[in-house]
Amino acid sequence: MNQRMSYFILACMSLGLAFLYIPILSMIVFSFNASKLVTVWDSAHSPTLKWYFSLLNNEEILDAAWISAKVAVINASGAVILGTLAGFGLARFHQFRGRFTLNAMTTAPLVMPEVITGLSLLLLFVAMEQLIGWPAGRGITTMTIGHMTFSMAYVTVIVNSRMATFDTALEEAAMDLGARPVKVFFVITLPIIFPAILSGWLLAFTLSWDDLVISSFTSGPGTSTLPMVVFSKVRLGVSPEINVLATLTITVVTAAIIGVNWFVARANKLDAAA
Amino acid sequence: MALPFVWLLLFFVVPFIIVLKISFSDIDLAIPPYKPLLEWAAKHTLTIKLNFDNYAFLFTDSLYLHAFVNSVKVAFISTVFCLALGYPMAYGIARARANVRNVLLLLVILPFWTSLLLRVYAWIGLMKANGVINNVLLSLGLIHEPLTMLYTPFAMYVGIVYSYLPFLILPLYSNLEKMDWQLLEAAQDLGCRPWQAFYKITLPLSRNGILAGSMLVFIPATGEFVIPALLGGPNALMIGRVLWDEFFANRAWPVASAVAILMLILLVPFMMWYQSVQARESAGAR
Amino acid sequence: MTSAGGAVKAQPWKDPTARPYVQVDRVCKSFGDFKAVDDVSLKIYKGEIFCLLGASGCGKTTLLRMLGGFETPTSGKIFIDGEDMTGVPPYERPVNMMFQSYALFPHMTVEQNVAFGLKQDRVPKAEIRERVEAMLDLVKLGGFAKRKPQQLSGGQRQRVALARSLVKRPKLLLLDEPLGALDKKLREHTQFELISIQDTLGVTFVVVTHDQEEAMTLASRIGVMNHGEIVQAGTPSEIYEFPSSKFVADFVGSVNMFEGKLIEDEPEFVRIGSEELGGTIYVSHGISAPPEAVVWAAVRPEKIFMSTAAPEGSDNVVRGAVQDIAYLGDLSIYIVKLPTGKVVRVTQPNTSRHAEAIGWDQQVYLSWDASSPVVVTR
Repeated sequence: MNQRMSYFILACMSLGLAFLYIPILSMIVFSFNASKLVTVWDSAHSPTLKWYFSLLNNEEILDAAWISAKVAVINASGAVILGTLAGFGLARFHQFRGRFTLNAMTTAPLVMPEVITGLSLLLLFVAMEQLIGWPAGRGITTMTIGHMTFSMAYVTVIVNSRMATFDTALEEAAMDLGARPVKVFFVITLPIIFPAILSGWLLAFTLSWDDLVISSFTSGPGTSTLPMVVFSKVRLGVSPEINVLATLTITVVTAAIIGVNWFVARANKLDAAA
Repeated sequence: MALPFVWLLLFFVVPFIIVLKISFSDIDLAIPPYKPLLEWAAKHTLTIKLNFDNYAFLFTDSLYLHAFVNSVKVAFISTVFCLALGYPMAYGIARARANVRNVLLLLVILPFWTSLLLRVYAWIGLMKANGVINNVLLSLGLIHEPLTMLYTPFAMYVGIVYSYLPFLILPLYSNLEKMDWQLLEAAQDLGCRPWQAFYKITLPLSRNGILAGSMLVFIPATGEFVIPALLGGPNALMIGRVLWDEFFANRAWPVASAVAILMLILLVPFMMWYQSVQARESAGAR
Repeated sequence: MTSAGGAVKAQPWKDPTARPYVQVDRVCKSFGDFKAVDDVSLKIYKGEIFCLLGASGCGKTTLLRMLGGFETPTSGKIFIDGEDMTGVPPYERPVNMMFQSYALFPHMTVEQNVAFGLKQDRVPKAEIRERVEAMLDLVKLGGFAKRKPQQLSGGQRQRVALARSLVKRPKLLLLDEPLGALDKKLREHTQFELISIQDTLGVTFVVVTHDQEEAMTLASRIGVMNHGEIVQAGTPSEIYEFPSSKFVADFVGSVNMFEGKLIEDEPEFVRIGSEELGGTIYVSHGISAPPEAVVWAAVRPEKIFMSTAAPEGSDNVVRGAVQDIAYLGDLSIYIVKLPTGKVVRVTQPNTSRHAEAIGWDQQVYLSWDASSPVVVTR
């Protein structure tokens, strides 16, 4: 790579990163702006924490956050179980009936537009309710099922790709020493791929927490998630409380990512030397 | 091992069949707002009423046709822009030193983990009439009147490229990272200039990454709803938004279903293409 | 050079009434159309170190994995200590394997790694502790019990892998390229250690390797494999001195092959006329071959004498010019070109500093003993 190319790459990189981060930074900055107009800086009264207090006392938002959290946790845990099984199966067994179908089914939700998935899930729930009486009405259960369906696709991809670099000799050695296959999975394989599973859980949690479209389709009266509340607010324009929410979210996510990264890097040294 | 299979069959595949079924039914002022497909006409006769009206309606009303075409156009152009900006970024990250690379990856991944909704919202604040961009440009004296950016197709493009950029960078990076850089050195040793080497060697070898990343942008962007709704304004006709409005605003479930089926027909070939690219990529890696 | 254990000194493979400990009976393994192992039969006796030697792709690893239970033979049977183990899975076999990559569990300590197999057998805790300690002492890793694999060097990890596979006192230990990852000095040292440990414990070893030096050092007997078949099985000296085919002669050590036809074929000797050589080869033992058959006489480089003066006799003598010399310290390799164009490799130990120095382009006479050539017919 010569100098000209390096400058070009550097320029694109800076431009790209600026592009990615200017909106985020602007939201953070203006969360401290006293003016209700958000983007017009009120230098007389800013910076201020008043919108932070206002947000943390906003019942609607807090309730919605609580619902989002519940759904996200159940979704992540369920998706991890399903996705790990699917990812492990796809990686281990190269030939079984229906492999192509399972592979297609697990990766389709990754690219499918959410409006289609959301609509189809809602219609399913309605049809099921008519046929067998369950689920009775839409709410947390239906939302969770919907989220799990697309979350597990991501976990499958993560686990499958982790298994690709997994040394099968480790499993063979365990079997050679007397452990049956099921025991090998729980005592050897799972602990070693744990970091991948953890990142799968976190990804599923985040996807569920942020999801708007599928939640809108599959939710019921009284079960609004945080994104749904945010959406109804921002349709009307900017709102300082949303800026605060954004800042808080970004802070938590950044801290979590740095933390997880450190943990994963440490755990990776375990495997690299094996 | 069968558990995920069963789950997906029930909650992913079966729903599509139901969508198909509903797309053929009549709208009804009832809950749920569609007439059943199968009816008992007389005691032992089952009739199926397949109503193609919904599809006919979609094809004849130019609004929907326009929305479909527009969606593909917008998605395609956005993909191109994402590539133009994202490829150099992915390349730069792949060639960076190990510790710099990790930081860069972190920086690219971080927005991905932050709510899409909130980040799109940020652009509202940036692009509106008394928003940040206009304020800055006005105060610098570069313009005398606020630019109209919000609620235009331009805003929508910005929003889509912004949201989907990480989706393109990550698979492309993962492909480029596996490249043997010594190939470039060999090419240069044999007389190739750096740009030529890139064009003849790096670009073809990264083809799978480009395709994978592009599909990850193009396919969901076609059906995108949030960005057109928040940034695009009433004239930004995207098919995802059409589906949403038909469903929630008009309560026209059968029509919405027909839209969904047509979207699927449009996108399935691309999805299959994506699957085959992924299969080729992982076969090569093994 | 030591060879494996006391049991081996008795050479049980020569005794037709001896019962083999491991019997491989006409085993085949195909992967689709590809025949990885083709009709292999072997008898391995208790206390042996049996080496499967061959190039990559010859089927030796597949055969080893079938002994371990990781692959099932397409046809044929495998008996271990008299029991039919053909379809038995690895966790039910009294066989343990030492993997090429060692496969140490990264999330467990050295102690836990070695104890793993005993835990699966529900051995009482106190006994586990005792046996693990004893085994770690045997492989000279006494103080390393609490370390993790990432904290060990390559040679130390190899010893943990060995300890882990031996602690269950298996009937058979399989080793997959055990010394491949070690550097030369360490390899030599470990070879002797392996033999000593095997001798102490009396376990039967089956070793897979592509390195013939390793096979020659470790093995009580070697099975040379090519294209899924065992082409010759025997002690290292048998394989080296009496190869049964061109392939074996060429694969183990270096050899000079002279193609020729039988001129005289008697029970006590044969005479071969070789155009390649430009002379005749007299071999002091009989061979069985059809008359007028094309045969090859294999002569090892170290068995050829080189001199500037013409030796007596007309058989087993030829003239040539020294084309190349490689000085290796303890010996020198001479590449000699014959008038026929054939190139002959001769090695000579550098026994003294002032021996008649033979230089480049020098005309020399090559000769060998009548007992040195080995005649192969395929």
